[in-house]
Amino acid sequence: MTATTSFPNPATEWRLPSRGKVAMAGLIIAESAIFTIFVVAYLFYMGKSTTGPTPSEVLETPIFYTICLLSSSLTIHLAAKSLQRDYRLFLVLLVLTIALGGLFLFGTGQEWHRLVYERGLTISTNLFGTTYYSLVGLHAFHVTAGLIMLSLVAIFGFIGRVGVDQSARIEVLSMYWHFVDAVWVVVFTVVYVLGR
Amino acid sequence: MSSNVITVPVGQTEARPWVDKLHQWLTTVDHKRLGILYIVSALLFLAAGGVEALIIRIQLMHSHNNFVSPEVFNQMFTMHGTTMIFFVAMPVLFGFANYLVPLMIGASDMAFPRLNAFSFWLSFLGGLLLYFSFVGGSGLYGAGSAPDVGWWSYAPLGARAFSPGHSSDYWTLALLVSGFGSIGTAINIIATILCLRCPGMKSSRMPLLVWMNLVMAGMVLLAITPLSAAQVMLLIDRYLGGHFFDTQAGGSAVLWMHFFWIFGHPEVYVLIIPCFAFMSEIIPVFSRKPIFGYPVMVAATVCIAFVSMSVWAHHMFTIGMNSYANSFFTLTTMVVGIPTGIKIFNWIGTMWGGRIQFKTAMLFSIGFLFQFLIAGLTGIMMAASPFDWQLSLSYFVVAHFHYVIVGGILFALFAAFYYWYPKMTGRMLSERLGKWHFWLFLIGFHLTFDVMHIPGILGMPRRIYTYEPGRGWDTLNFIISIGAFIQALAILIFVANLIISYFKGERAGNDPWDAWTLEWSTSSPPPAYNFATVPTVASRRPLWDLKHPEDPDSRYE
Repeated sequence: MTATTSFPNPATEWRLPSRGKVAMAGLIIAESAIFTIFVVAYLFYMGKSTTGPTPSEVLETPIFYTICLLSSSLTIHLAAKSLQRDYRLFLVLLVLTIALGGLFLFGTGQEWHRLVYERGLTISTNLFGTTYYSLVGLHAFHVTAGLIMLSLVAIFGFIGRVGVDQSARIEVLSMYWHFVDAVWVVVFTVVYVLGR
Repeated sequence: MSSNVITVPVGQTEARPWVDKLHQWLTTVDHKRLGILYIVSALLFLAAGGVEALIIRIQLMHSHNNFVSPEVFNQMFTMHGTTMIFFVAMPVLFGFANYLVPLMIGASDMAFPRLNAFSFWLSFLGGLLLYFSFVGGSGLYGAGSAPDVGWWSYAPLGARAFSPGHSSDYWTLALLVSGFGSIGTAINIIATILCLRCPGMKSSRMPLLVWMNLVMAGMVLLAITPLSAAQVMLLIDRYLGGHFFDTQAGGSAVLWMHFFWIFGHPEVYVLIIPCFAFMSEIIPVFSRKPIFGYPVMVAATVCIAFVSMSVWAHHMFTIGMNSYANSFFTLTTMVVGIPTGIKIFNWIGTMWGGRIQFKTAMLFSIGFLFQFLIAGLTGIMMAASPFDWQLSLSYFVVAHFHYVIVGGILFALFAAFYYWYPKMTGRMLSERLGKWHFWLFLIGFHLTFDVMHIPGILGMPRRIYTYEPGRGWDTLNFIISIGAFIQALAILIFVANLIISYFKGERAGNDPWDAWTLEWSTSSPPPAYNFATVPTVASRRPLWDLKHPEDPDSRYE
């Protein structure tokens, strides 16, 4: 009795989801739980600082940089789509995504610089500082990780090593980037809308 | 079925120098080797955690004992708890999942073999970090010092002021690092199960072990991550001067409790669900009947996972929550009893009318059923918040959760060892030593943990260093300690069995238990590629179909 005949063959075709997408979905679920804990801490400690400065005194809503980050979701989506049709367009959109993400990160850096040097708010100043820098910093860390991955793809893209067979991987990266954007919507709402 | 293996030419299996072998083990990405590495590392930490437990029991053997100093005693119970949960129970269960899941779904490896190796080494490194604190975690006097603030590290005990030196830092980093390893493994298990099943292995045909490990992995994603987040906050507090858990700056000690138990309670189910999985594979095989109520088992598992996410604050009844919170968490905690009860009935239903074979694996399974039921019943008692106010933080609680972890999880694990050891090594474990192991452990377990409920009811607090004579605790504590040593002896027999049987055990063959799941269709131990040809399945018991072509399960699906 050989193994090929030992088990009855299923009549239907056998298709399973892509492991990359499933794994990224898993990572996103795990990351969402981490962010949830930081968001809960932020909400729980809102207005509980014993000393100043308070959010309403020092925070300015970063609308421009938010638009940058959110639109980068669109560009990475289009980049992933155009990989199979137009390689040049793919590269342009990828670089645009990196530029928009980088701009956002620059915005965060600028805001932190202003808060630290002009407003005297550090992570150890008060509860607001602790929760603000850790939540926004956690997000900025994820943006940085995403930018590193995107830049790697861009470098390989310029060498010409990103083929159509990599499109599944680009889509996985795109999922991550969408997640980073979605988290920003939550962080933005909590920190700049509810928190002020 | 032996045809499912490619014969390897003799020259390739020649003995290699040990450095070569070691190198192979250290750099392996094979799910079976990583599974064994997980299990062996867990056994090493089990020895460490066990010695700590014995030190605790010697210290509490009689009143006014000073076998160890109070400082060392605090370190012992902290290290015992942390070790057993994070570096014994989690890795050993991940080890079995790693080993069995790909084999049971007819895959050749996990979805991400290198991530798998990375995750293992992260959790192992975490354990080493924790134990390095004994020499490196400079305490008050510059001497080495292990964490000593309890395995919850409640605020503000974990803060700089109350935990000077680096002992708490080692604790935090160890849990953070091993937590990342757990998340990696969980993602890997999920991707493996969803994406690598062999043709025909529909979700309705997956072995229950696979189903339950899928649920467990999903829970890890949601339960370990809050702990990781809380550890990051603690690090920010300790290193960057943050105020998350600093009450003097408006921070909240209770928030740490919430974050810890949002992890802590689902964690219990992360540990017990894979044990349910072992039971669901072992009990049918030794009852010679298919599992009773397969779809209900799956539904009950998912239900337990879901409900267990909203019960955490029953660990916090005594901190003074409002009556709504108390009622809510009492209710949800009691609700967990329903799907769990369904499971117990299903296992009994599986045994009912079966031709039960009392092999060691089955003995441990029956022990599990009995003890897990009692553990569940004291759990229901503790779930009632007024009852909990009286007995929380007493030895009653210690007895309750050890009943779950030792009487439930460890018994199920022993059953799994006796059942799958032949597959992993190609040798049978000795049944004679196994029976000694079982009966001694059973006696030791009941001596220790049945009796332990009583000093709790009499008012003995947990984590107490010593106690006054004449409170009626002395004899009870003495009996508890004797039981602990009997358990230790049983574990020595078990380890001896593992070692002796590895060299001298009876050859197992492919399928020593006449079982029905795919792992038994390949050789023992399986070749690196698992299956020479990709199997296809048409029912929940592919090997039954194979052995009984005249009456296959697939006919009834």
